[in-house]
Amino acid sequence: MEIKKLASAGTMESSDAYVEIEPATGLEITLESVVSQQFGDSIRQVVRDVLTEQGVENAKIRVVDRGALECVIRARVETAIVRGGN
Amino acid sequence: MSKLVNSIREAIQLAGLKDGMTVSFHHHLRNGDFVLNMVMEEVANLGIKDITVNASSLFDTHLPLQGHIANGVVTGICANYISAPLGRAISQGILEKPVQFRTHGGRPSDICTGNTPIDVAFIAAPTSDPMGNCSGKYGKSACGSLGYAYADAMHAKKVVIITDNLVPYPLMDFSIPEIYVDYVVNVDAIGNPKGIVSGTTQITRDPVGLVMAQHAVKVIENSGLLKDGFSFQTGAGGASLAAAKFLKDVMLEKGIQGSFGLGGITGYLVDMLHAGCFKSLMDVQCFDLKAVESLRTNPNHQEISAMQYASPAFKSAVVDSLDVVILGATEIDTDFNVNVHTDSNGYIMGGSGGHSDTAAGAKLSMIIAPMFRARLPIVTDHVNCISTPGKDIDVLVTQGGIAVNPKNVELTKNLKDAGLPIIDIHELKEKTERITGKPKVIAKGDRVVAEVISRNGGILDKIYNVPSF
Repeated sequence: MEIKKLASAGTMESSDAYVEIEPATGLEITLESVVSQQFGDSIRQVVRDVLTEQGVENAKIRVVDRGALECVIRARVETAIVRGGN
Repeated sequence: MSKLVNSIREAIQLAGLKDGMTVSFHHHLRNGDFVLNMVMEEVANLGIKDITVNASSLFDTHLPLQGHIANGVVTGICANYISAPLGRAISQGILEKPVQFRTHGGRPSDICTGNTPIDVAFIAAPTSDPMGNCSGKYGKSACGSLGYAYADAMHAKKVVIITDNLVPYPLMDFSIPEIYVDYVVNVDAIGNPKGIVSGTTQITRDPVGLVMAQHAVKVIENSGLLKDGFSFQTGAGGASLAAAKFLKDVMLEKGIQGSFGLGGITGYLVDMLHAGCFKSLMDVQCFDLKAVESLRTNPNHQEISAMQYASPAFKSAVVDSLDVVILGATEIDTDFNVNVHTDSNGYIMGGSGGHSDTAAGAKLSMIIAPMFRARLPIVTDHVNCISTPGKDIDVLVTQGGIAVNPKNVELTKNLKDAGLPIIDIHELKEKTERITGKPKVIAKGDRVVAEVISRNGGILDKIYNVPSF
């Protein structure tokens, strides 16, 4: 999927994640997380997985994680992609 | 004779405070306290250095201590609890000498036995007369009990009362008597009433918290302890208060008359007293206005010192007669050791307070905590800091099941027979990690920034600096 515009999903509430996506060349992922020591690597992997599943090859994506479960991160990333691709 | 002096500065000078000495403070004014900062600013202005601050607890409002540490005025800290902002700075290594953490019972033990001598105690008193008979029950800055200040008053070499409500001699219904007091200072304000006592803390509406509270009360009901003469302590957290509310309903329904409620007293325990659930309240600290009002007016609501509350150094303490305590945790490991000192990244953000005293004393000590907070499981292989040893913890209540310390064979059976969702703590850990994923172990520094001293003396654990990334 091609990202055509800036889009976001999620909130900054505890146990949620806020995801922003915008058009770019190549993939660039930045992550801020309250649990980066404990789960940073696995969060980055999940974000990459969702991007691959959705066929996104060019995008800049920023994730601010407030301790969200993996299913929540997946949902927020997926929603941001769909919103950015429309 | 006159004990009245004009200023805090004059009191510091008259008390003879010098480099290398120890000063002490109590925390009944909590996050509304002005006294510690006022005193330490004058100590700094007088050019005095190398001071150890022995405070029963330190809150956000005491962050100016960071500056006094940076310029060498303060070189040592002893406390039972340190809240996050100062705790974080300490974890980053601002203080060369490790902080000494004690418990609410251990601190007065060490003061009374002379292990931690105090040169000058500065005691914030919401009302005092000119000779130093003082009370926390009256005045615009009323905080209720002055329980944590008794040992300081009795054993410090010099005692300075700082009040903002000076009344004619003699003050009746005093807590600390003049016999211990050297100087009295009258100031404009000892604290901000909004930070001293809270309004009524609401019980939680979070469904997870309510499920935990219901489980907690079922555990108490089936423990064999809930009968006439029952005694109880709980914290002021939302789920603990919900448990108190449900417990009250059960006690009234069954017509059980307990003996006493202990603590940290909240309006919810006052309600239980009024409803006849308890004959009395034993109060080392008031958390809200309703508790202050009750302590002032109800003879069955008794102020107690921290020594009588929780100290193992005396012939007995109230915790020794306690049936059930409900406590919190930031982490608990599979050996039931509990951490309430550090957060998930290893930064200091709390302390034992009365946690390990009541856990050691109570017949049933129960932890209520959710399976995970912000993706971090509550149950770990090893807690980052042992605040209360697992041998003193009986039950962990979560929304995902109730884990009983295996030492409690009979309790396990009783709770299972009652149909409660009992789960092995290792299974609870795995169940939680299936939801959250397995967290990586956090990095620890190699420098000790704090020592956790057990209530009986001796080092229970050490807290290391948090390395910067």
